[in-house]
Amino acid sequence: MTRSRTPNGFDLDDGGKRIVIDPITRIEGHLRVEVNVDSKNVITNAVSSGTMWRGLENILQGRDPRDAWAFVQRICGVCTGVHALASVRSIENALGITIPRNANLIRNILHLTLYVHDHLVHFYHLHALDWVDVVSALSADPKATSTLAQSLSPWPVSSPGYFKDTQDRLKKFVGSGQLGLFKNGYWGHPAYKLPPEANLMAVAHYLQALDFQKEIVKIQAVFGGKNPHPMWLVGGVPSAINVHAGGAVGAVNMERLNLVKDIAARARTFISQVYVPDLLAIASFYKDWAHIGGGLSGRNLMSYGDFPQQPNDSSNDSLLMPRGAILGGNLNEVLPVDLTNPDEIREYVPHSWYRYPDEGKGLHPWDGVTEYDFRLGPKTKGDKKFIESLDEGAKYSFVKAPRWKGNAMEVGPLARFVIGYAMKRPDIRDLVDGTLGRLGLPVGALFSTLGRTAARGLECQWAADRLVETVDALMTNIKAGDIDTANTDKWEPSTWPKSAKGVGWAEAPRGALGHWSRIDNGHLSNYQCVVPTTWNGSPRDGEGNIAPFEAALLGTPVVDPAQPLEVLRTIHSFDPCLACATHVIGPDGTERAVVKVV
Amino acid sequence: MNKKTFYEVIRDQGIPRRDFLKFCALTSVAMGLGPTGPQAVAKALETKPRLPVLWLHGLECTCCSESFIRSAHPLVQDIVLSMISLDYDDTLMAAAGSQAESILDEIAADYKGNYILAVEGNAPTLDDGMACIVGGRPFTDRLLELGRHAKAVIAWGTCASFGCVQAARPNPTKVVPVSTMLRDRPVINVPGCPPIGDVMAGILTYMLTFDRLPEVDRQLRPKMFYGQRLHDKCYRRAHFDAGQFVEQWDDDAARQGWCLYKMGCRGPTTYNACTTVGWNDGVSSPIRSGHGCLGCSEDGFWDRDPFYSRVVALTQLGVEATADQIGLTALGALGGAIAVHSGATAIKGALARNHKKDDKGNADDAL
Repeated sequence: MTRSRTPNGFDLDDGGKRIVIDPITRIEGHLRVEVNVDSKNVITNAVSSGTMWRGLENILQGRDPRDAWAFVQRICGVCTGVHALASVRSIENALGITIPRNANLIRNILHLTLYVHDHLVHFYHLHALDWVDVVSALSADPKATSTLAQSLSPWPVSSPGYFKDTQDRLKKFVGSGQLGLFKNGYWGHPAYKLPPEANLMAVAHYLQALDFQKEIVKIQAVFGGKNPHPMWLVGGVPSAINVHAGGAVGAVNMERLNLVKDIAARARTFISQVYVPDLLAIASFYKDWAHIGGGLSGRNLMSYGDFPQQPNDSSNDSLLMPRGAILGGNLNEVLPVDLTNPDEIREYVPHSWYRYPDEGKGLHPWDGVTEYDFRLGPKTKGDKKFIESLDEGAKYSFVKAPRWKGNAMEVGPLARFVIGYAMKRPDIRDLVDGTLGRLGLPVGALFSTLGRTAARGLECQWAADRLVETVDALMTNIKAGDIDTANTDKWEPSTWPKSAKGVGWAEAPRGALGHWSRIDNGHLSNYQCVVPTTWNGSPRDGEGNIAPFEAALLGTPVVDPAQPLEVLRTIHSFDPCLACATHVIGPDGTERAVVKVV
Repeated sequence: MNKKTFYEVIRDQGIPRRDFLKFCALTSVAMGLGPTGPQAVAKALETKPRLPVLWLHGLECTCCSESFIRSAHPLVQDIVLSMISLDYDDTLMAAAGSQAESILDEIAADYKGNYILAVEGNAPTLDDGMACIVGGRPFTDRLLELGRHAKAVIAWGTCASFGCVQAARPNPTKVVPVSTMLRDRPVINVPGCPPIGDVMAGILTYMLTFDRLPEVDRQLRPKMFYGQRLHDKCYRRAHFDAGQFVEQWDDDAARQGWCLYKMGCRGPTTYNACTTVGWNDGVSSPIRSGHGCLGCSEDGFWDRDPFYSRVVALTQLGVEATADQIGLTALGALGGAIAVHSGATAIKGALARNHKKDDKGNADDAL
């Protein structure tokens, strides 16, 4: 048994009982979490391990930079599109390509659509079952459920008959003995606090949201042809606009724009009348979770910012969601973040299944080196055929450990909202203050599992509002006579410099995303991505600093170690994406040299 | 534990057998089943639980699951509540950790030879499979175990079917397609990055409705959705035939919706349903939105880059050929230099083993 204090101020104790949760389900990708609990079942040590690795960045070596977006988009099919966005920005930054106003607006529309869709699906289909007991919904009174729903929202689908039908269907399903996706859930766990009527309402909305989410992404289909994985273009967007002339049916025309406008409006209504009221209703039963799961959120937060209002302008004057960092919980000062400064963002691997020439040093992504090095530490229980528990004193994850100026940082909707709040952005202040007021909670309540989940819901509302506005802005720009969607001045490789490097940034739904590229003689010579779940889910660094997932679990009471529902609540509040976090560059298993750019 | 049949469930809810038989008769009439129909329906409902499906995730990006939930007809809630029993899918299931993993063992034992194994993503063979560990065990081991007793295996998406992006050169984790891992099992490949949601649902409901596997081509793709070239059903085909091409992004031709062949469109060498079924409830398709097709449902498409170089040596008019002929022609033209990824050769070897066909080309793997 060892007790220790991490350099970033968290007390660890790896004595007591070890609980292993693998797989963590209802996330993207493969994640394992191990925790130690003391005699009172309070978590005293937490270990987060990414258990998959695909080597995508190595695959990019030597490819055409204009193709990169398609490859890296396949890092993730959940936050689909955002890697493509960061990629086209990275290549445009390297080659000095500017994009037309319409392209900027359409990219913002695509990206806002992702926010609305991704946050909604996360809440209902990946997170809700941590708070909602499906079995309890069977004993709800449909009439009382209808009264409850109507007291919360003007959403029209809320009659007693509707809730009765939903409950009957659920009863039939459960009665079949084949519980499908609901099989072996922690139903009846004492940490579930909602009354049966609230559970039934939430289950009904789980099903409604499952139907509705497929509508939202039709916006991406209009401009990108399909979802998941819509089409992008270096220099603009692929969808030409034609609203006046013959042949308009072959391009984005009035009918297409009307479709987009209609879906944006419906999405805003669904978010404001279903998601946000449900979020507030559920949160009101779980106010104790405003004091659990804070981890690093009250200390270190970072955002790269997004949604430029002016094309080709990434200053905070242009970004709707601002860029900056907060250290040590000091909300009075938002620090500037420079993605090109080799001293700011660095990745470390002493506890990651990769090899560095000098593991004591971190590397900036432009100079990133990674080499597959899976090894189980000496204190591992089990072996490669079955790992019982990991040795966190050694290498234990396929996620690297990125640090900003040496600090572990939390990223995501909560980070964005706190940074926007600290910068006194009125749109964000209004949403945050209004919600905290309605729940009767102080600002400090944000720094918690509940705060993270609430921030995502508020951001979904924010994104839906901005989506409607941005569609209007596109209409206005087209009305002003501008129908350009692509800049092809530097499309041909003959126009490119012999060597170039660029950085593309985005705020993915899960947080700060950066793509660093190098181009030599018309081909990619290096490509590195540092993604949100790499920040949040990283293992320890060489000095022993712990990252957001692990920090947030410490101090959490677990009612029943055999059913660690509390761990799922906090981990899900980050919305982990492991395919994103563990895509990093690697060797081909033979003698291929790891690319190191001088 | 024995699962209740539909009949047992309604009996539990107090519905008398007479009403049950009346329901069967009405259903039979609605389905046009003829005089012996009611008995057949009654027998099916009395004896058949919903078909269990175990949906595993290997190395992938989850775009296939996301696409599946985009299905508009049928809706996914109807599929998972009424048609199949999706007992394991780590993206959506409530259970986690050991409670999740125990489901795999339970279903494999209770429904030995009677469950569908759906696989999203593929298995890395590098370092004994350590690049993908689930439940503390190599994913490769799980796949082999569960594949062994599955009634049939569905390989969702290009990852599971052919390898997809992580198999692109140099295939750092040495992934192989599912059909290579499970050579003696009936495997259906449903490629695409991702496949169209309505196509995924269409294949699943076909299997449930007709109680058999769909007819497949030599790449194990269901012919019903992958039997025709995008180019032959493309609404821009007339512009190709007329020699009307987009020459530059956002030029006048792009604004008229002319053919994207010169911008690198892979429609002429891609077998899929994008230009017919369409994406997202038929709202659009990549070509309709102004970008050429990447060929994302084709084996080895990532290594047929750069994507903005056109498919060469294509006869402009009167192209009539089978999928296999065109696929081979295009492959040869695009790149003798392109080594199709490591699994491809193995797949071809495994084809005969995976499906025994009668002389009409029908697979004999009835469910």
